[in-house]
Amino acid sequence: MSVLERVTKVVVDRLGVDESEVKPEASFKDDLGADSLDVVELVMELEDEFDMEISDDDAEKIGTVGDAVKYIEEKVK
Amino acid sequence: MGRFEGKSAIVTGASRGIGREIAILLGKEGARVAVNYSGSKEKAEEVVELIKQSGGDAFAIQANVSDAEQVKEMIDETLKTFGSIDMLVNNAGITRDNLLMRMKEDEWDDVININLKGVFLCTKAVTRQMMKQRAGKIVNLASIVGVIGNPGQANYVAAKAGVIGLTKTTARELATRNITVNAVAPGFITTDMTEALPEEVKAQMLGSIPLGKLGSAEDVAGAVAFLLSDDANYITGQTINVDGGMVM
Repeated sequence: MSVLERVTKVVVDRLGVDESEVKPEASFKDDLGADSLDVVELVMELEDEFDMEISDDDAEKIGTVGDAVKYIEEKVK
Repeated sequence: MGRFEGKSAIVTGASRGIGREIAILLGKEGARVAVNYSGSKEKAEEVVELIKQSGGDAFAIQANVSDAEQVKEMIDETLKTFGSIDMLVNNAGITRDNLLMRMKEDEWDDVININLKGVFLCTKAVTRQMMKQRAGKIVNLASIVGVIGNPGQANYVAAKAGVIGLTKTTARELATRNITVNAVAPGFITTDMTEALPEEVKAQMLGSIPLGKLGSAEDVAGAVAFLLSDDANYITGQTINVDGGMVM
């Protein structure tokens, strides 16, 4: 599975949205109905999924699905 | 069957005083308890022994609650040992009493760091696990002086009032994840400190307590255990005064 597919699965599971809504440009808060705490949790689950640590500073910069994918792809390279 | 069968807890500052009684009570009622201490290893081991003798499970763990790194290690170790963290009791605290006019900056900082920042750090560290569990109970030890003030304790009172505010905010932030956060504010409790007071000071203290006696560490532990139990599932953001009716 690609990073995008894995991120999509986590987002769908966590936020209960339809897979078709999870596009790279989709904002977790504005488009996918997440509140601040949801985003924190989402980041936690991405950490587990990809077995990595995302610092608080980095986490604050992740606002869209694309941000998350890009960040993870750079880190796991 | 105890109220905390199958549950796990961290009690900070549990080697002595009120923390010790809380740890022992939780252990007696079935909880697996991480007995946190800062300096008194032997005292903490004694609490662990007492819990084991009563049929419970416990281990002692050193950490200075004002040190984020040490707190994280404590939480990780507890999670590794117990597999979950269902309850956190933020009890660790110190006093460095002095009149405001004489209070040194380090006396202020020490008390704020342990008594207030410590609660923040432990809560932050444990929240990740509790959010995943979609369950958790946190009880913070405040103090009645955090509500009414007390001469000679500007640092301590500020920290305890801060704990009450922190309790309310944490309760609001975590409510949707089924995590409750409450505080217990003890009044005058029998401790080594109150034992040493002159008779006339004691008499004066008693005069301000409707129930006419000092409280015990067990009295406080009882209220903490209630807030950690399933009986308190619908209570969050509250501060319960355990003070013999001093403040109403």
